[in-house]
Amino acid sequence: MPPRMLPEPTPETRHFWDGCKAGELRLQRCTDCDGGSYFPPRPFCPRCGSRKVEDYAASGRGVLWSYVINMRPRPDMGTEPYAIAVVKLAEGPQMMTNIVGCPQTPEALQLDMPLKVTFSRQSDDITLPFFEPAPSSQERGA
Amino acid sequence: MKRKSIAVVGAAETTQMGKIPDVSVIGLHADAALNALADCGLTPRDIDGVATAGISPVDLAHYMGVTPTYADGTSVGGCSFMLHVRHAAAAINEGLCSTVLITHGESGRSRVGAGGFGRAASSLAGQFEMPFGPMGPPTMFTIPVLRYLKARGYTVEDLAQVAVIQREWAAMNPRASYKDPITVEDVLKSDMIAWPFTKLMCCLVTDGGGALVLTSAERARDFPQKPVYILGTGESVETPMVSQMEDFTSSRAFRVSGKKAFEEAGIGHAAVDHLMIYDAFAHLPLYGLEDLGFCQPGEAAGFVNGRNTAPPSAGRTGGKLPLNTNGGGLSYMHSGMYGMYALQESVRQMRGIAPAQVPGAKVSIAHGVGGMFAASGTIVFSNEAP
Repeated sequence: MPPRMLPEPTPETRHFWDGCKAGELRLQRCTDCDGGSYFPPRPFCPRCGSRKVEDYAASGRGVLWSYVINMRPRPDMGTEPYAIAVVKLAEGPQMMTNIVGCPQTPEALQLDMPLKVTFSRQSDDITLPFFEPAPSSQERGA
Repeated sequence: MKRKSIAVVGAAETTQMGKIPDVSVIGLHADAALNALADCGLTPRDIDGVATAGISPVDLAHYMGVTPTYADGTSVGGCSFMLHVRHAAAAINEGLCSTVLITHGESGRSRVGAGGFGRAASSLAGQFEMPFGPMGPPTMFTIPVLRYLKARGYTVEDLAQVAVIQREWAAMNPRASYKDPITVEDVLKSDMIAWPFTKLMCCLVTDGGGALVLTSAERARDFPQKPVYILGTGESVETPMVSQMEDFTSSRAFRVSGKKAFEEAGIGHAAVDHLMIYDAFAHLPLYGLEDLGFCQPGEAAGFVNGRNTAPPSAGRTGGKLPLNTNGGGLSYMHSGMYGMYALQESVRQMRGIAPAQVPGAKVSIAHGVGGMFAASGTIVFSNEAP
């Protein structure tokens, strides 16, 4: 199996990948407007254009927003069908990911099911954020 | 753009269509270009504007022997040609040039002289999508759809029905790749590609091309073919990453582009006799019908199931809004950037020469998508002089 396709961080995204390595899902938000959190990373607010933005550790919680199950796996992804999913984070942004810790079937993957982030080390530099089913929690919706 | 001032005077596809193992990508551009020039009685020397995507307009101009005063290399995916039409109209109006050649050619199936497809690992998509295993459009363009079905109350049968009705249109088109009738069950039973999408909900992969020649409406009357006038145009872009689409149930690029085109044309939906919506996958006509305003959100599937977009069949009259009358990307052909074929079918319908001609059609819209809901372009055509 060829090695998994991995991201190559840039100066503008480095904090995100360093966060994954450190076990934190880092989002960004603007300190000039109340536009909320945004993703993917960039050094300015995509709503108001201000450069005054901050990184912070997000909750790592979200819900399964949509997905497909790829029946013809990419060679670096193994031989079994896998879901390519988009999670809607509790903080608002959407993020592509894989769902781990549950069967890759339409029955097991129900839209709006609660998920939480889990980190998977791929190399010295890169740790990928995956999501897994989360037991229902009082924290959810906070 | 200035309203109602530009017309298509030449239009043609490649001589062959489907599997063309003996022609390279640039050769497909040239074959379509020569056919379109023959269609309007011009030679490359008469062309002073060029536009294309996939290859550079420099490649096109040099290969065709054109010395342009206008070159457009806008490349935003399959709807690039809609944007080329729009920009050409503005350029001709502004006096940048008088006669624009727009070409498409792609060796999608045979891969003769074709470049690669990939994204740098340092791009945003390379960092935040590719590590999670997408493998081309069937696993990316389709990602919003489960959310769309849930929000609208649609089913996979509704997706299948889109493919079934387009096959009915394809059966009337001698050049269509697939012509045999299919049922909803056939579509659902075809190979699962990326749940919930089966093979027959995905577009073809073929070779082919097409070209258009545009000039001022004033000059258009002097050409051999019936001029097809451009009433209105629109374009927009949203995001290079499908995961970052603002709303999984509606394309912002579709809405912005469509609204602009209707406004420029100064027409309402009831004036539209014929519609092309770029169908790389079966969900796109449903999004298009809603985002262009032909249906309310939640009504598109019922509209298609009620045969409003279908051809006449078994004693039933055809629907009030004939859609994708060439068979579409699902059954006619899809070389990679299908927008050119949607434009070609609109032009044929306006000339009155389409294989599945809509009787008396006076206004046609060709609406395109680029990338995975990344971009959009909309052109309103009419065969009546403005």
